[in-house]
Amino acid sequence: MADQGDVITVRGLVKRYGPVEAVRGIDLDVHRGEIFGFLGPNGAGKSTTISILCTLVDKTAGSATVAGWDVARHPQEVRSRIGLVFQDPSLDNQLTARQNLYFHALAYGVPRHQRSERIRAALEMVGLEDRADVQVITYSGGMKRRLEIARGVLHHPEVLFLDEPTIGLDPQTRATVWDHLREIRAQTGTTIFMTTHYMEEAEWCDRIAVIDHGRIVALGTPDELKDQMGGDVVVVTTSDNQRAAEQITSRMGAAVTSDDGTLRVDVPNGPEFVPQLVRALDVEVKTVTVRRPSLDDVFLKLTGRAIRDEEVDSAGALHRAMAQRWQGGRR
Amino acid sequence: MTNATASSPVVEQEASAAALGSTGIRVRVPFWQSVFIIWYRDILRFTRDRARLIGSLAQPILFLVVFGVGLSSAFGAGSGVLPPHTTYLEFMFPGVIGMTVLMTSIFSAMQIVWDREFGFLREILVAPIDRSAVAVGKALSGASQAMIGGIIMLIFAPIVGVRLSVLGVLEMLALLLLLAVSLSAFGIAIASRMKSMQGFQVVMNFLMMPMLFLSGALFPLKGLPTWMAVLTRFDPVTYAIAPVRVSLFSNSGYPAPFINAAQVTIGSYTLPLLLDVGIVAVIGVTVLGLAIAQLRKRD
Repeated sequence: MADQGDVITVRGLVKRYGPVEAVRGIDLDVHRGEIFGFLGPNGAGKSTTISILCTLVDKTAGSATVAGWDVARHPQEVRSRIGLVFQDPSLDNQLTARQNLYFHALAYGVPRHQRSERIRAALEMVGLEDRADVQVITYSGGMKRRLEIARGVLHHPEVLFLDEPTIGLDPQTRATVWDHLREIRAQTGTTIFMTTHYMEEAEWCDRIAVIDHGRIVALGTPDELKDQMGGDVVVVTTSDNQRAAEQITSRMGAAVTSDDGTLRVDVPNGPEFVPQLVRALDVEVKTVTVRRPSLDDVFLKLTGRAIRDEEVDSAGALHRAMAQRWQGGRR
Repeated sequence: MTNATASSPVVEQEASAAALGSTGIRVRVPFWQSVFIIWYRDILRFTRDRARLIGSLAQPILFLVVFGVGLSSAFGAGSGVLPPHTTYLEFMFPGVIGMTVLMTSIFSAMQIVWDREFGFLREILVAPIDRSAVAVGKALSGASQAMIGGIIMLIFAPIVGVRLSVLGVLEMLALLLLLAVSLSAFGIAIASRMKSMQGFQVVMNFLMMPMLFLSGALFPLKGLPTWMAVLTRFDPVTYAIAPVRVSLFSNSGYPAPFINAAQVTIGSYTLPLLLDVGIVAVIGVTVLGLAIAQLRKRD
């Protein structure tokens, strides 16, 4: 990817809500034109960081520039250069899709002679042309999200921020959303900055940052992060897992974790380890899988939590909403 | 990818624009265009929601019919408050128009709470338009809705028996507009603090009812017990209702005592109408400033 400089620069960013330190000193550079993923458990500071970058929340300390403008000193300049897709819909349900886009085009100063053409192109991109003049209230969740993405890029922003853009969508719609994002990047070179819970989506990003407890704990391409784990993951099933685990620990000196009827060993070199393993065990080995560490493994190692625990089901969403309320009350 | 290969001239042009980076020229939306955008969207919603308009007229009509007719006999000629050949219903009429404007203006601000609840407020707040334009646009949209209500109420003038003159009506509408903008701004200042619909409604009812009842919209401010007279003079709406009433009556040949009954007095001093208007204007600008400050706040 052509590196044309950084479109987002963050230095020592801190945000405190009363005694609670939501963001504790973040440094970050996002290159122009990349798809940057922001990964972390709930409450890690993802949304707060994105809100600061979008000028919705004031920082406590540090600095952040977006598209060359300081977010604290020139919020207006930043706002005109970014597009946003929020976690929760921010459409006017009473208006039609076209009217929503028209409002946006006016508010962002899209020149008069380009308005209708851009609105048409945006609707076409997300495949909503034939529903354009229907009130948004009749839309499904996936349609609303697609409309929001169309709206987010209507004014050709330099950075498109997306906060959990695929949350609550079915896999097919998620894939469609990603098609749109890649298309936007390919056609306009727009930088995409997104938070996500889904590991497969993190894999699709050019670079990802893992944030936990308000700090960035890892940053790099998905491959780099997996390489940082060093080595391979060997997953074994045997006729007697308990005994096998004891033998692996005592005879081979490797740490074993047991999970759902399988044994998992992190080793420096998987292919070399497997023959030794088979020789060392006196129980029957049923299956052996050698794989590279996944982002799940990276995430687990870095945060001590498996991301699947964090996947937002309805209970998670409720929890998040309550957390926001609580935060809201502190303002 | 659905359309990755399609590349129109527009797209290519944009790709180079994006490559220009932050030096790329961004069009600044002029202040009044921003105001218009905010106003336009609210009005678009308003026209789609006729129930709201009808709802905002129901209460004033009820007051006009029940209080107006019911109390006319008590207040009428011979009661000493109003001069002969005039009725309480006539006297009350401009007040009910004022009441319509008051209620519609204030409750139009509920849209902000609504927008917060349904997320659209964020779309407004992250747009590159100045927050003062948001406040002014919202105040004007609330005022527009209120004015529509007020004008519709004028239909009842012949039924009530109020004589209208073109000049009187125009003067009254201008004064009502000032009242409407001020009250809408007041509503916005409150609404932008509120996180729930219920909270806004409770607070607004709590504030609105005394503002309405103490304003002289529904009864003459003459001959009140001192404590109540004092309270009415502290109600900003009082200073809006008096000029509205005077302007409507003085241009269509009502007797002087009838018009005098509408004016605000402090002791034996009758406040000139311009002073009334000035008071309302100053309060209006102040609450608009408060509303802007509220909207400018970042967490």
